Amino acid sequence: MRRHARLSRCNIASLALGLAFLYLPILMLVIYSFNASRLVTVWGGWSLRWYRELFNDRAMIEAAWMSLRVAVCSATIATLLGTLAAVALSRGERFRGRTLFSGMLYAPLVMPEVITGLSLLLLFVALNAERGFWTVTIAHTTLTMCFVAVVVQSRLGSLDRSLEEAAMDLGCDPVRAFVAVTLPLIAPAIVAGWMLAFTLSLDDLVIASFTTGPGSATLPIRIYSEVRLGVKPEINAICTLVIALIAVVIVIASLASKLSSSQGESAAPL
Amino acid sequence: MSARRIFTRPARFAAIAPYVWMVLFFLVPFGFVLKISLSQTAIAQPPYEPVFDLAAGWTAIKAAFAALAIDNFKLLVSDELYVFAYVRSLTVAVTATAILLVIGYPIAYGMARLPRRWQAVAMVLVIVPFWTSFLIRIYAWINILQHDGLLNQILLALHLVSQPVVWLSTDSAMYLGIVYSYLPFMILPLYATLAKMEPALEEAAADLGAPPLKVFWLVTFPLSLPGVGAGVLLCFIPIVGEFVIPDLLAGSNSLMIGQTLWLEFFTNKDWPVASAAAIVLLVVLLAPLLLYERLQRRQLEQGR
Repeated sequence: MRRHARLSRCNIASLALGLAFLYLPILMLVIYSFNASRLVTVWGGWSLRWYRELFNDRAMIEAAWMSLRVAVCSATIATLLGTLAAVALSRGERFRGRTLFSGMLYAPLVMPEVITGLSLLLLFVALNAERGFWTVTIAHTTLTMCFVAVVVQSRLGSLDRSLEEAAMDLGCDPVRAFVAVTLPLIAPAIVAGWMLAFTLSLDDLVIASFTTGPGSATLPIRIYSEVRLGVKPEINAICTLVIALIAVVIVIASLASKLSSSQGESAAPL
Repeated sequence: MSARRIFTRPARFAAIAPYVWMVLFFLVPFGFVLKISLSQTAIAQPPYEPVFDLAAGWTAIKAAFAALAIDNFKLLVSDELYVFAYVRSLTVAVTATAILLVIGYPIAYGMARLPRRWQAVAMVLVIVPFWTSFLIRIYAWINILQHDGLLNQILLALHLVSQPVVWLSTDSAMYLGIVYSYLPFMILPLYATLAKMEPALEEAAADLGAPPLKVFWLVTFPLSLPGVGAGVLLCFIPIVGEFVIPDLLAGSNSLMIGQTLWLEFFTNKDWPVASAAAIVLLVVLLAPLLLYERLQRRQLEQGR
């Protein structure tokens, strides 16, 4: 029994260290965004000075607005397509081209972004598409719909199918059964999928750099070009704002997934 | 029984839209990468000269094949810069993945042994940083690691060092950044298999007299191998092509392949060489990609 207790203390220690490692850097960043001093390393008291400067930075605000629009658009399309893909994979049994289909959906989850970005850019160039908002949106949709598909598919896999079958035995046609029975049950996963797609799009630097055109930088592209020049308090401020936005999204997503049972969620890599 | 069959037909129709999308925006673009990688570099907009044009007809295609520009690939093999970049990418990815496994395993194990209520909380806590911007998390580390950053201040205050240590632009900073960014990807698949494991198996081994280390090595670890495989692939594949972390945290004297690709593309405007580099990277990653795809499919389709 005593050995058990010691083991669990060791467990808790590794957990605590791991979580501290994950959270402390972000916490420091947030705290220093309220630093009055221009020197990022010297604490000069609390201040909102850098947030005020941020609101006068037109380029930064434009980039943020662009990123938000891309994130909302691409997340919405990705959720639609990703959910359809998940339904086909978990309810379509075997169909022709299924292996290729699932392969195309799972590969982007781990594919290095430089490859995805480069290949999409070459496509857009070949199509002579004007690069900007829509090309980035399409690129982000392609990436994030795969994440949505995985999240929704793992939820669909854990559902009791007899519910759908009962609805059809009672006279529903398949589409009606899906809309009336399945859809409400997977709705939390769909919401969580949208949120995930939104944040992934908001974060992406590499794919956006390849697929965007001149004059339409996204927020990560702006932040990246500033970060390369060194640490600046304004960057701490904009990063804190992004973290705050994502925190809101996470709260909504976790409320949504609380509505669904925790069953089967571990199947997703997220 | 028949109800299930009726459902599959409309479900298959659901595949059409995402299928077309993925073929158009994921599969077809690779064809373009291949095509450009075989083209000549040109000072033009776009900066390459196509070797073959489908519009020019079959004879043109045959002629083009005869004189196919594999120069770009030759360059990749002969130029030490690229060979080093590939070797370095693989070394970094293997090392980082090993570190991630060693750090991630105890954390995942600790999570899986928590009381049920706390497991959900711990899982959220591990996932949340994954949702927070990649770039921001790396930037947070630049804050800490810079010359007069927090780490050096602490070390100086504790009199562990007599003058500030250079942390930025070193390999240690890069490994730190990679481990930090990819840790959730390692923990979650490990946790998923460890949480499903029957604790009675470990207890049985312990009751039969096996010391804890032996229990772990003979029972726990072999049973968690699917999770280990998923975690390793989920980290290894993207790290090989990583760009942001080595660019911001490592020194510029030895580059990873993601960086050379970026450099060729954005700075040198040499699209054909960048494409060739992408093709080689894809070929290198093909085996782990296929393996990952199989693992993922098996896991998602287990439920039925």
